[in-house]
Amino acid sequence: MRKYILKKLLTTIPVLIGITVIDFLIMARAGSPIDMMTGPRMTEATKAALATRLGLDRPLWQQYLSWLWELLHGNLGYAYKSNQPVLDLILSHLGPTLLLMGLSLLMGLVIAVPLGVYSAVHRYEKRDYLLVAVSFITSSVPGFFLSMILIFLFTVTLGWLPSGGMVTAGIGGDLGDLVRHMIMPVTVLTLPIAASNMRYIRSSVLEILETDYLRTARAKGIGRRLVIWRHAMRNALVPIVTVIGMQIPGLVGGAVIVEKIFNWPGLGLLTMDAIMTRNYPLIMGVCLLSAVVVLLANLLTDILYALVDPTIRL
Amino acid sequence: MHSSALTRFLRHRMAVLCLGIFILVVLFALLGPFFSPYAPTQKSGGFSAPPDSAHLLGTDKIGRDLLTRLMHGTRISLLVGLSATVISTLIGVVLGLISGYFGGVLDRILMSVTDMVMSFPYILLVLVTAAIFEPGLVTMILILGFVNWPGVTRLVRGNVLSLRETNFIRSDITSGMPRRYILFREILPNTLSPVLVYATSVFALSILDEAALSYLGMGVQPPTPSLGNMLSGAESLSILTGKPWMWLPAGLCIILLVVSINFIGDALRDAMDPRNLA
Repeated sequence: MRKYILKKLLTTIPVLIGITVIDFLIMARAGSPIDMMTGPRMTEATKAALATRLGLDRPLWQQYLSWLWELLHGNLGYAYKSNQPVLDLILSHLGPTLLLMGLSLLMGLVIAVPLGVYSAVHRYEKRDYLLVAVSFITSSVPGFFLSMILIFLFTVTLGWLPSGGMVTAGIGGDLGDLVRHMIMPVTVLTLPIAASNMRYIRSSVLEILETDYLRTARAKGIGRRLVIWRHAMRNALVPIVTVIGMQIPGLVGGAVIVEKIFNWPGLGLLTMDAIMTRNYPLIMGVCLLSAVVVLLANLLTDILYALVDPTIRL
Repeated sequence: MHSSALTRFLRHRMAVLCLGIFILVVLFALLGPFFSPYAPTQKSGGFSAPPDSAHLLGTDKIGRDLLTRLMHGTRISLLVGLSATVISTLIGVVLGLISGYFGGVLDRILMSVTDMVMSFPYILLVLVTAAIFEPGLVTMILILGFVNWPGVTRLVRGNVLSLRETNFIRSDITSGMPRRYILFREILPNTLSPVLVYATSVFALSILDEAALSYLGMGVQPPTPSLGNMLSGAESLSILTGKPWMWLPAGLCIILLVVSINFIGDALRDAMDPRNLA
């Protein structure tokens, strides 16, 4: 097991390096960030000085190697303009995003598991069709459109919920205030997760219900509830674990649009700003972080896989 | 599609209904503009006017007919979705065939590149590229086409790997059939149906992504209408509350398109699944 994890970790290193190279190449094509920082009154000489100071006048491979070298020393570089360390910026925005993503993933599963099992047990009945149809419709609504409708309903029409931010300026800060700010963004992120997971769980349980050992279990008269939750769920979990692992990259990115709309002070908002102002060190930092998160999630998926499925030996 | 598969597809009443809706939306987008007296970028009425007999869906901020823009916007969204799907499917199928059939070092390199693209958070990649290259229709199609191929590659590779062990392919190899014949005449047709099903979901996803990107201002640029950028005007509260005709139709159009594509894909999956052949 330990050997397997170590081997996996080692194979992720070239993938990570590859990703950073791709990042660098994409950004090299983009043109100079100097244009975004300078005003009309800046002379060519000051521009050149700025480029020298930021190291932008050197060949690309030198820029990349020095970035890599600093990275190995735990330094992700400094954001343009504000000159704050990228690592500090990322860490200070990480909390709100983790809160949003974690809660949405959890809520998505809490909704999806019972509905998926229910749907599978009653398959080809009206309620099964209804649930599947609702799930398809839910995953077809664009997140930003749902956000607009929610803001329209709950902020504008009913005046119940704040339309953006994490706390109310001035008076905010307690738990109730935070919860009120979270309801809409969490809803927008949760629904598609719940909808697609429900379908995966449904088909996974369906497949298991057809197996001989379950028929035996039922024939022994163990009782429906026990058969489903003890015997069927265990094995249905295996593919579900993979699917959840596959959703993590989506969550990392999916939060970007939702955070932008609800002005949630997380990584997504930071990323959007960085992209808009071509703040390359910051973009590199965020991309690296998300790649690490995704690769770790993949590794975790493999390990969980082995834990739920005793036939897999790592 | 075999006739039995067709029968199985037709059994899904919901999917048949969705196919009908999808065809209607496509006709609306393709033929609609010929019946419209306005051009999509032509200013023809009052600013933000509510629907009336001259402008059935009202006008936008600068007095353009919204029904006409909705038709053209749907056209653009369909075009983006379809082209992105074709591009990513082509790349995916070719790389998957190569990777699965030849194996070895080539396979390992291709698979690690696939891993790389896959472990990049999708939206982040799209956003970064969209922000960096000149935003617009072609960029949009290329970006969406490029980010979606890894799924197809894996699917095709897996299929090729299992097909290569079958007797009919083995006999092809033993009898010295040309490689091109084996790859494109024998293996490819047998892996097409899962690819087709996968392509429907890529199609739906691409339409959603186009909408999101254009909504953020990084996709199709005005004055060209797309379903996404027609919604981006509605960020302001006065439009959101007081002028629903300016954003509701475009949003509903996206949902209608994506829902119908998803249902069609689901029914195709059922219809083409060899386990249902009985």
